[in-house]
Amino acid sequence: MTTVVMGRRVGLLVCAHCRNTVRAGIAATLRCPRCGAAIHVRKPGSIAMTSALVVSAALLYVPANLLPVMYEHTMFYDDSDTIMSGVVSLVHEGSWPLALLVFVASIVVPLLKLLAMAALLVSLLRKSPGNPLQLCKLFRLVEFIGRWSMIDVYAISLLLALVQVRSYAFIHVGLGAIAFCGVVVLTMLAAQAFDERLLWDHQADG
Amino acid sequence: MAEPPSAVPDDLPEALADRPRRKRLPLVWILPALVFIVGAFVVIQQKLAQGPQIDISFTDAEGLEANKTKIRYKDVDIGDVTDIHVAKDRKKVIVTARIHRDARDYLVSDTRFWVVRPRITGGGVSGLGTLVSGSYISVDVGRSEIKREAFDGLEIPPIVTSDLPGREFILHAEDIGSLGVGSTVFYRHIAAGQVVAYSLDPGGASVTIKIFVNEPYDAFVTAATRFWQASGIDMSLDSDGVKLRTESLSSILEGGIAFQSGPSMAAAAGSAPKDADFTLFTDHERAMRQTDTEVRTFLLYFGGSLRGLSVGAPVDLRGITIGEVKSLSVEYERKTGTLSFPVEVDIFPQRIRGHSRRADHSIVPDDTSENASRELVDSLVAHGMRAEIKTGNLLTGQKYVAMDFHNEVPPDHVFWDAHPAVFPTTSGALDEIQDSIGSIAKKLDKVPFDKITARLLTTLATLEDTLKNADSLLRQVDASLAPEVTATLQEARGAMKNAREVLAEDAPLQTDLNATLLELSRAAKSVTALVDYLERHPESLLRGKPGDTP
Repeated sequence: MTTVVMGRRVGLLVCAHCRNTVRAGIAATLRCPRCGAAIHVRKPGSIAMTSALVVSAALLYVPANLLPVMYEHTMFYDDSDTIMSGVVSLVHEGSWPLALLVFVASIVVPLLKLLAMAALLVSLLRKSPGNPLQLCKLFRLVEFIGRWSMIDVYAISLLLALVQVRSYAFIHVGLGAIAFCGVVVLTMLAAQAFDERLLWDHQADG
Repeated sequence: MAEPPSAVPDDLPEALADRPRRKRLPLVWILPALVFIVGAFVVIQQKLAQGPQIDISFTDAEGLEANKTKIRYKDVDIGDVTDIHVAKDRKKVIVTARIHRDARDYLVSDTRFWVVRPRITGGGVSGLGTLVSGSYISVDVGRSEIKREAFDGLEIPPIVTSDLPGREFILHAEDIGSLGVGSTVFYRHIAAGQVVAYSLDPGGASVTIKIFVNEPYDAFVTAATRFWQASGIDMSLDSDGVKLRTESLSSILEGGIAFQSGPSMAAAAGSAPKDADFTLFTDHERAMRQTDTEVRTFLLYFGGSLRGLSVGAPVDLRGITIGEVKSLSVEYERKTGTLSFPVEVDIFPQRIRGHSRRADHSIVPDDTSENASRELVDSLVAHGMRAEIKTGNLLTGQKYVAMDFHNEVPPDHVFWDAHPAVFPTTSGALDEIQDSIGSIAKKLDKVPFDKITARLLTTLATLEDTLKNADSLLRQVDASLAPEVTATLQEARGAMKNAREVLAEDAPLQTDLNATLLELSRAAKSVTALVDYLERHPESLLRGKPGDTP
């Protein structure tokens, strides 16, 4: 097994913004000599930040799935749909692929993201990370799929803009959609706040 | 970089010391706290705003859908149907609905719910909008203070909602006629209200009808108001003839009630209170009749047939109805083996205003005590008042009881001891006429019309012969006599002409006659003078004129 040389061990730091490698100074707070951004050994409060965002997202996940995301008012009926009821009605209409897409993108993916982030955080907090490589891959997956979660929000936005025939049919956004947006945005922020280098620290320390 | 990591260049720049920042508070934890608080706030608010949950029972859930059907008050959403299920006893459908918090005050004990769906009734079409929008549950908010959470939904929409200005009244009738819920109430032919409900009274002997009279017509409902059935076409055939009466075309279709102030003007002070009771009369005439609080029943025994006399027929006193026939029956008297036909009549003594005039012509109302009215009746009978059956309408044969004074009746009296008192009767004039017509018919029957006819026929034959002879005779006369007559006439004319010539003014005979007459006149004068003289001097007959003395 090859020895892993950690930058901080040899007194080297990398600016997170311009990727400038610098020598660590003795001061408590450092600045990049090239771009002037603050340089940290690790993102400060990363775990706390990430956990807070994940908890918020998890809290929002509940109303996002329970509250209607969309109200349809037509001449014939008034209806409201939650994400799940939307999926169900798509299934009833026979649009299996679409239903699957919505289900995966809007229910499974955010849930997975939350669980993955939680898993990452737990492993860090427990000081006994399992397989840093696997965790790292998981994190990358989360980062990648994060953006696709907004598919529902896009769909609603499109419908909202298209179906606005006053007094015959119009759609307005429910609280669920806002909560859902919150979930997606917060998980993305959580992913950003997470310093994946932390995953490897333990290995290097050990 | 492909260079191995061992070769760390020495000229790497050193990180600059930043000015020390104060230790950051873990502000980031505010976020989940905020999310939680906001979430909790929203949940609590929604819970609070949700308002109460109610159960409404209907016989069926046609057109209702959970989470879709709305509860509306004046077409404003005040709640949603959240669940529909069949009741445990499977008799009804329970609709569970969530009412908005602002509308929770509407849930009082007399609040009514009904399903609005398209309906077509005799009075019109309603709920057409629900054809496309789907049914909804409508609410009429009650006025009670008592809260309630379970309601019985109405199967038909209420006619009158509680916020409609006006008042309800209660009518009592023998039967419902052609009325129904929604039948119109008319005031002077104006649609002034509607029948709200009706129910059979316990015992089943009568019907109670609830009506609603809209403002401002309800002000005309006074204690003296009379209500009657204006249902359909009211055609009556009685001793007054045929009568046809209707309110409006719609009332012909679905029945109606009309009202108007009663005949007594004195009682019409102030409008009647809400839920006041009234009697619903069967027709206008009956409604407008004077209400008679005092009723005296008499029994009448008539000799003739009672055919044409019906219960309700008027008892008439020289054209004024003073009572009506109450019942007709047959009595069999075992002893004598005869049948008698008692007619029970109700007389309303109030219609006969008893009073006596004082010397100054002011009217003193009599006392209406039992004894007084007995005395009155007795005196009337003593003056010859009798009851008799008369034909009111020759066309229909309807009869009535007429009270009148008869001069040539044997004295009689009211038999007060019987119950009801027996009033003396007389056989009607028509009966007499019938009798006499009968006897005439009998006499006519005895006439040998056939013999007369035969004889008449022979007579006629003879007459014909005679006429024939006369005819031939006349012809003879015409042939032989006529020329002679003509000649005679011509001669006569000649004679007449001669006569005229003789009598003409210038005729010699005329002239001579004139001269002769002149002479005669002179002679007469002389004679007159002579007579005068002789009158003055009668002695001259003996002695002669004084002048010529002998």
